[in-house]
Amino acid sequence: MWTRRVWLGLRASAGGRRGFPSKADPQGSRRVTAELIEHLERLALVDFGSQEAVARLEKAIAFADRLRAVDTDGVEPMESVLEDRCLYLRSDNVVEGNCAEELLQNSHHVVEEYFVAPPGMCCPKWLNRLSHSKLRMQ
Amino acid sequence: MLGRTLREVSEALKQGLVTPTELCQRCLSLIKKTKILNAYITVSEEVALKQAEESEKRYKKGHSLGDLDGIPVAVKDNFSTAGIETTCASNMLKGYVPPYNATVVQKLLDQGALLMGKTNLDEFAMGSGSTDGIFGPVKNPWSYSKQYREKRKQKSHGESEDSHWLITGGSSGGSAAAVSAFTCFAALGSDTGGSTRNPAAHCGVVGLKPSYGLVSRHGLIPLVNSMDVPGILTRCVDDAAIVLGILAGHDPKDSTTIQDPVKPFTLPSLTDMSKLCIGIPKEYLTPELSSEVQSLWSKAANLFESEGAKVIEVSLPHTSYSIVCYHVLCTSEVASNMARFDGLEYGHRCDTDVSTEAMYAATRREGFNDVVRGRILSGNFFLLKENYENYFVKAQKVRRLIARDFVNVFNSGVDVLLTPTTLSEAVPHTEFIREDNRTRSAQDDLFTQAVNMAGLPAVSVPMALSSQGLPIGLQFIGRAFCDQQLLTVAKWFEKQVQFPVIQLQELMDDCSSIFENEKLASVSLK
Repeated sequence: MWTRRVWLGLRASAGGRRGFPSKADPQGSRRVTAELIEHLERLALVDFGSQEAVARLEKAIAFADRLRAVDTDGVEPMESVLEDRCLYLRSDNVVEGNCAEELLQNSHHVVEEYFVAPPGMCCPKWLNRLSHSKLRMQ
Repeated sequence: MLGRTLREVSEALKQGLVTPTELCQRCLSLIKKTKILNAYITVSEEVALKQAEESEKRYKKGHSLGDLDGIPVAVKDNFSTAGIETTCASNMLKGYVPPYNATVVQKLLDQGALLMGKTNLDEFAMGSGSTDGIFGPVKNPWSYSKQYREKRKQKSHGESEDSHWLITGGSSGGSAAAVSAFTCFAALGSDTGGSTRNPAAHCGVVGLKPSYGLVSRHGLIPLVNSMDVPGILTRCVDDAAIVLGILAGHDPKDSTTIQDPVKPFTLPSLTDMSKLCIGIPKEYLTPELSSEVQSLWSKAANLFESEGAKVIEVSLPHTSYSIVCYHVLCTSEVASNMARFDGLEYGHRCDTDVSTEAMYAATRREGFNDVVRGRILSGNFFLLKENYENYFVKAQKVRRLIARDFVNVFNSGVDVLLTPTTLSEAVPHTEFIREDNRTRSAQDDLFTQAVNMAGLPAVSVPMALSSQGLPIGLQFIGRAFCDQQLLTVAKWFEKQVQFPVIQLQELMDDCSSIFENEKLASVSLK
């Protein structure tokens, strides 16, 4: 019977190699440098906020590093499971709209028909402050 | 009446044995009584009663819209609902009222369903416990069931009744709890890595993840565009099939929906099992699987075999890498999808107005919890120019290998795969929070996320109670776009196992009359 074969097989490889990945091992994990932290915070516009968050990123990277073990020679990346089908394109006709008022209602800061954003593209001081003081590694 | 199937209630409504307003009021009353579960974020009482009124008018004229007319349903709070707050359990969208309905919500409303409310979830559907939203965790109704409490009394004394409550699983825990506690007949969830099937298994309900491309994602606040699917939670497989029949189909507003015509279907009874081939993926037998789930899985396989079906062991060789692959792809797509939350057009906006970037950064810090921020940062790491090939593209290649594994298995003659849904029954919240969100997700999504990567349909069906009196569900995985076949097999299985009804007497004492209503005896189904 199928069950017996599977269970015997499991007992034979009792090291627990297959299936479940055990807790992330630090071997091979990249050191997350202060520069990297700054860079990621800038790109993501989300701050780490604590040492724990950095540790979590390190664990996440270590976890992802397991992919190196897979042989993907000659394998094309898969972007969508529907890759064998044609993407639907509807005809270029206006079927709805004229809802500016409705949409503007959801914003906190609006002037006439404009969403209001604060000025310019200057790097916020707090980003630099945070990286340098709290999270700089020795 | 609340314990009946959709078809039975629909028939009762047509025959005038119960009115939509009565149904609505009973469900609303039950929602209030089961408030401790925290399954609902928003209860749309006025809306539901108004819809009930309109439904009643239709029934009086004999013009019901269909099987769902007058039926209370609930919707996970990451689906946009016009005029009703949609928060994704996050500060980022607290107070956000969408100006439109998600396509699937619109379809339910067009069929006359009554929208009872928006259900609780993990923040932005990230998590496997429904514990990480700003409105607090969802409690599993089985924590309060007679079946569980009796087993607990045998073990421990003097512990406060509520301290050991169990999680629902996630991230559609609110929807699962709402259906499990009889507050609605069907609920929408979303499924990116198992978020519908996982809580379904823990709450003893049916959780269906349709094929990717079958159901529109327009209006579902996206997590991972290439894997998200609206999920359906019901108390029986037949009900799930009814809802799927209504929701499936091409949507011009979602270009990832297939254009093949889709018709509502009824599920035939399986009579000739000899033509059915069930596959058991050997790599899913992991050491972490609880012995109870393992034994139920084995029992289920034997059941199919004893009834004449062919049951064979199959191999999905890349299983051990699928959770890692999912982790990379998920965080990468999340990093991209969460970029839209900048405080300008909708959602939370911080007070500072120094510069655009400062405003974006502070808004996002205030709006997102640690889990969301962690995933955004991880995702951005994998998408860095120096990492793109080694992580993101690599994961996409592994995704193809995983999808190919399934194709190979189905090509070898297997019709449906049978696997566990979860590693064990629902655990107490105190135990669950000992590990962080990412670790838990990696553990709990083990059996479910490969399905999302391959875009296949899958359904979790409750099988039996554990020795602690808690539900355990098993998962069936079907071929792409063979949802009907999948549900046919699931329905047969459901009938064989006769999963017990949850006994929630304590919460439902005042509603006992609902179950003893003599009028029900005369409901006849054509």
